[in-house]
Amino acid sequence: MTLNAKEMTKSGLLNVFILVLGFAMLYPILWLIGASFKPSNMIFTDPGIFPTTVDLSNYSEGWKGIGIVNFGTFFRNSFTICLLSALGNVMFCSLTAYAFARLNFSGKRIWFAVMMLTLMLPAHVTTIPRYIMFRSFGWINTFLPIVVPKFFATDAFFIFLLVQFIRGLPKDLDESAYLDGCTKFGIFARIIMPLTTPAVISTVLFSFLWTWDDFFNQLLYLTSPNMYTVPMGLRLFLDASGKSSWGPMFAMSVLSLIPAFALFFSLQKYFVKGIATTGIKG
Amino acid sequence: MNKKLRENLTSYAFLTPWLLGFFILTLYPMFSSLYLAFTQYSLRQPPTWVGLRNFITMFGGSETIMGDERFLNSVGVTFKFVFLSVPLKLIFALVVAMLMNKKLKLIGLYRALYYIPTLLGGSVAIAVLWRRIFAGDGLLNLILMKIGMTDLPAWISNPKYALGTLILLAVWQFGSPMIIFLAGLQQIPKEYYEASSVDGAGKIRQFFAITLPGLSPIIFFNLVMQMVSAFQSFTQAFIVSGGSGGPLDSTMFYSLYLYIKGFGFSEMGYAAAMAWVLLLIIAVLTAFAFKVSGNLVTYGSGE
Repeated sequence: MTLNAKEMTKSGLLNVFILVLGFAMLYPILWLIGASFKPSNMIFTDPGIFPTTVDLSNYSEGWKGIGIVNFGTFFRNSFTICLLSALGNVMFCSLTAYAFARLNFSGKRIWFAVMMLTLMLPAHVTTIPRYIMFRSFGWINTFLPIVVPKFFATDAFFIFLLVQFIRGLPKDLDESAYLDGCTKFGIFARIIMPLTTPAVISTVLFSFLWTWDDFFNQLLYLTSPNMYTVPMGLRLFLDASGKSSWGPMFAMSVLSLIPAFALFFSLQKYFVKGIATTGIKG
Repeated sequence: MNKKLRENLTSYAFLTPWLLGFFILTLYPMFSSLYLAFTQYSLRQPPTWVGLRNFITMFGGSETIMGDERFLNSVGVTFKFVFLSVPLKLIFALVVAMLMNKKLKLIGLYRALYYIPTLLGGSVAIAVLWRRIFAGDGLLNLILMKIGMTDLPAWISNPKYALGTLILLAVWQFGSPMIIFLAGLQQIPKEYYEASSVDGAGKIRQFFAITLPGLSPIIFFNLVMQMVSAFQSFTQAFIVSGGSGGPLDSTMFYSLYLYIKGFGFSEMGYAAAMAWVLLLIIAVLTAFAFKVSGNLVTYGSGE
């Protein structure tokens, strides 16, 4: 009885501690959301979370963007880039991963080591020549420099994620399909891919989120506002705005975080799987 | 056609997109930037060979050439950032992972909540928010004034504190190492703890004798991966400093200076040289980490 009560107090205290620490950690985000409904001047005076009145004018004002281009365009551009990137990564990283995980060929160990090395390679070493190359193709101010590399499986993280997953699948299915005369591509498309769905979902998730936040490449390659993505739009807004537009700025910041939130809470377990199976950052 | 050859052909057919990408988008650019590192190149005219000049400009090399002060400063800023933010982040991640390893009813919810900063922290929106939190009239000072403090600095425009706000932002995103540590903690057999507490070991003793050695390969792995990515940080410094690396170059990260040199001043050769220096720094540090870890990391549980 006393032991039980002691245990209860202990876990109660632990709960309180976790909640208080968590609240402190998330306070900035809660404040951001609250402040996006407040008049702009309140952002400089009110450290509390809750707005006294819910005012949506920041949202309607912010959505207009910089006049000629509104946030509708920025969101459409971001979604286009992210969906194409996710598609490229899923299709081509899984083809590559299948070869590494299941097929036998000469040079396999060397190529696999090379692939793992590119995982550690700082992007800067390729940035400048890629820029020069894409510029000579006339690709500046298009989505191509951001999207096309994904169709060549350049993102080794996803290859590794998918290799790890495919290696864990039982081999009997593809062996019996092979004996039934199924081609390697048939095995890949009809047996491996459906079984790999959880890892594919992780791939879609991380591709989407990382491309959404890949500010560096967007800054490098997108040069006119009608091609800008949401992060670029926010930055444009930040540069162009004075004290009075922090409200609209906050409102658009909140909107820009919604896709990440939505993906995370609907597909949470795939996040954990993706990070834990590769052991690499998410 | 024999079986071996056919299998090779099929395999390489699967690998073709990746191989093309590797040669055209990774290997060729690597060598190309190595070549450019020894040239002067502004995109307008073809590159001209200048030998070691870019490197001498960076580091100095004779009594007349002192080295590029802004470059050397950016190296210092980046090292400070990496060597403060990465250990702090990992310590915090480990502490939270141990909290999240407890059996509580709402643990699933807690884990999700503690991951949110990582989910959102890399975005421009949060960097913008950071600017507003640590401004002179920002959220932090509003709160501090409420509790009676006065004479508060404008954190973000003060060269003494600006880098600190970026370190805090990095540490705040501790979620991925936390999840990896959590997975690692769940791998350590419970019997170890039970047996040692029968032998009278306290919690602290258990932490150093069981938990840390059990996690050491994971800690090491996290350390290397976090280090590699911290060296490349860009977005936060860019947004928080308004693209300048200021105040007084105190947030001039390596990547930011590389961007400014290459795409602001059009000194592509110099920027390429910087990229290779960064690659070498990361390679040396990673090799060093592997060497040191040989003594510290315990693999397997067969001992």
